[in-house]
Amino acid sequence: MAGKVIVLTSGKGGVGKTTSAAAFAAGLALRGHRTVVIDFDVGLRNLDLIMGCERRVVFDFINVINGDAKLNQALIKDKRNDHLFIFPTSQTRDKDALKRDGVGRVLEELKDSFDYIVCDSPAGIEHGALTAMYFADSAIIVTNPEVSSVRDSDRIIGLLASKSRRAEFNLEPVAVHLLLARYSPERVRKGEMLTLEDVKEILSIPLLGVIPESESVLRASNTGTPIVFDEESSAGRAYHDAVARFLGEQREMRFLQPERRSFFRALFGRA
Amino acid sequence: MAGNLVQGAVFTVMVVRAGMLRDPAFEHELAEQILRSPRFFLNAPVVLDLKQAAEFTNQSEFVEAREILRRHTLTLIGVQNAVPAQLEAATGAGLASFAPNAPQPSRSTPREPTRSAMPAAAAKTRLVTQPVRSGTQIYARGADLVVTAAVGAGAEIIADGNIHVYGALRGRALAGAGGDVDARIFCSRLEAELVSIAGHYLVSEQLPPEQQGFPVQIALVDERLTVTRN
Repeated sequence: MAGKVIVLTSGKGGVGKTTSAAAFAAGLALRGHRTVVIDFDVGLRNLDLIMGCERRVVFDFINVINGDAKLNQALIKDKRNDHLFIFPTSQTRDKDALKRDGVGRVLEELKDSFDYIVCDSPAGIEHGALTAMYFADSAIIVTNPEVSSVRDSDRIIGLLASKSRRAEFNLEPVAVHLLLARYSPERVRKGEMLTLEDVKEILSIPLLGVIPESESVLRASNTGTPIVFDEESSAGRAYHDAVARFLGEQREMRFLQPERRSFFRALFGRA
Repeated sequence: MAGNLVQGAVFTVMVVRAGMLRDPAFEHELAEQILRSPRFFLNAPVVLDLKQAAEFTNQSEFVEAREILRRHTLTLIGVQNAVPAQLEAATGAGLASFAPNAPQPSRSTPREPTRSAMPAAAAKTRLVTQPVRSGTQIYARGADLVVTAAVGAGAEIIADGNIHVYGALRGRALAGAGGDVDARIFCSRLEAELVSIAGHYLVSEQLPPEQQGFPVQIALVDERLTVTRN
């Protein structure tokens, strides 16, 4: 088995990288692929919270890089899905602990037993983010429909084309995909957000999915449940679509229009 | 972080064979060559190729070589194919070492001398076919620059000649960077942060709003940048 390394990155912080990494990894696992999701945000460990496994962390990514723990001691098996594993990071160290050689060695080892290795990148374009993207086979650029996020994404796409291992060794370039998160059709209609067309035009990379802004995402984060386990949520369904498209399925884009309010809601305002 | 102190970049550098400097006709030919396109050669870096030039062993000879080139607006920055003694003398004269420098069995490289003897009019247009992303800088030295994709906000494209962007120009574009007042900027969609020709510039808010988002060309007329719809 030779697993594929997918990095979720954005440049800008707070756009939904960790939420998307958790949802994407869980989505792949729900389709039967053995998947591990790794937290590269050393010192600002959050993925374990989003995945709801924070009370089961013993060893972490940095322990394994430094040879203080074995891979199978640090990997946490998800309680909801047998194919899903979480690889937490250290909260007490900093990003310099991510030694490139060590990271490469750990990823190679993971490739033997997983189909997909999903890397949750820290924000910024410093060492942590560069290390997370370096080994990527595919990259998912998480972007919000606003100018600063789009510009940072543009910068990251440029870095992927020049600073990744694939670029360094003249291999086939990293496959770059766009995931537009926190899309509010209502606010786009009012002109408060960039439209999907604007973002696509500026970044000119293939669109993997549009995740609608949804309160269910916050609820999912707070309860430590990746949003794809919420069958009711439009955001959860949008992530399922994105995973399917990533795996090569054709699916029409959904949730691009403002939700039709029911007659009663329209009468009585937001419920 | 130490990693940030050193950044790599790739440059095109002229190579002059050391033997040529001994040739009395060389200086004359060089002067003629430079006269044809002075801007291309102005302060251009030169590396001295010491292959088959064993006579260069004194530090003073490297200083002299630098003087000769200096007279023709060229800057000698280093040597290549130096044997250890030459390398020592060259570094003593403040020159850098360019690979390959280990003594190698001589292999003829006919392209280098012919390239430097080629008319500079053949300076190729620099063609960029991928989007120029934010944070990227592209410089077409002594040439025109053609970009067949968009130039992102926060990107910078520079050319000593003209700039053509067959896409949206959202970043900065500086044409005629070497001082050519006849250089122009063409783009399919003007959304630039800054445009400049030969040092005269306009920032985004000085660009005529009615031209924003349209295909335009920008030229320097009577020392003023003018934007006209294409």
